Amino acid sequence: MDSGTALGRVRGLGSARSGTRHWWMQRVTAAGNVLLVTWFVVSMIRLPNYGFETITGWLASPLVAIAMMLLTANVFWHLRLGLQVVLEDYVHNEASKFGLIILLNFYAVGGAAIAIFSLAKIAFGNAA
Amino acid sequence: MPGDRTRPLSPHLQIWKWGPHMLVSILHRVTGVGLAIVGGLLFSGWLLAAASGGETYGWFLGLLTVESGAINIVGAVIGIGLSWAFFTHLFNGLRHFVLDTGAGYGLRTNRLWAIVVVSAAIVATLALWVWLLWGTLFSSMGAA
Repeated sequence: MDSGTALGRVRGLGSARSGTRHWWMQRVTAAGNVLLVTWFVVSMIRLPNYGFETITGWLASPLVAIAMMLLTANVFWHLRLGLQVVLEDYVHNEASKFGLIILLNFYAVGGAAIAIFSLAKIAFGNAA
Repeated sequence: MPGDRTRPLSPHLQIWKWGPHMLVSILHRVTGVGLAIVGGLLFSGWLLAAASGGETYGWFLGLLTVESGAINIVGAVIGIGLSWAFFTHLFNGLRHFVLDTGAGYGLRTNRLWAIVVVSAAIVATLALWVWLLWGTLFSSMGAA
């Protein structure tokens, strides 16, 4: 039965089945969120109104569009990591947990794709 | 053994006596899940609506506002809820950065900062909405 190296057998099979990367990226994206989401909330409060022209005009300016794309990637990455921990803590059936984490990945990547494509369309297409 | 239901479980929420540290811990989860799902869907939906043109955007805005542009009850509940969740998750996230360094675990210190975080988030939410509604009142008076 003993084929492969000792390292190969244990890699990725610790009690958590992974190393500290998840925890660390949660912190890195959290730090990013402090800056990006705070900027977003302050910007939203400062907008004169939330009408179509105001919002698309604001989103179309380059620095806003770039910050919004970074924010989207950061937020959806952070929420994917966070919700994964919640599922792992409360869903004890292995099959359900597996399925729900797959669904979570679809939600996180899909939500981010919708937001980033929309931002690109507004920025490049002058919101047709 | 996995799936063996007779194994002893560690004490859970219903066993511990509630205190500020426990409250802030569970609030971090609750607000995180709320921001992730309600906030995430609203954020992507809002951008998709804006990218789909003025008519679609107007429909989206109509879900949250009344004719005059002021927020309706749905907008108010979601707006106040999300802003409270944002402040709670932000302030407690900053508290967690301090805890990550190994500091702030003393019983009194931990209790104090748990109370500060929960209270500051409520104060910030109230301040934000008083200021927002004050601004609306002021501008509508100016327009009249």
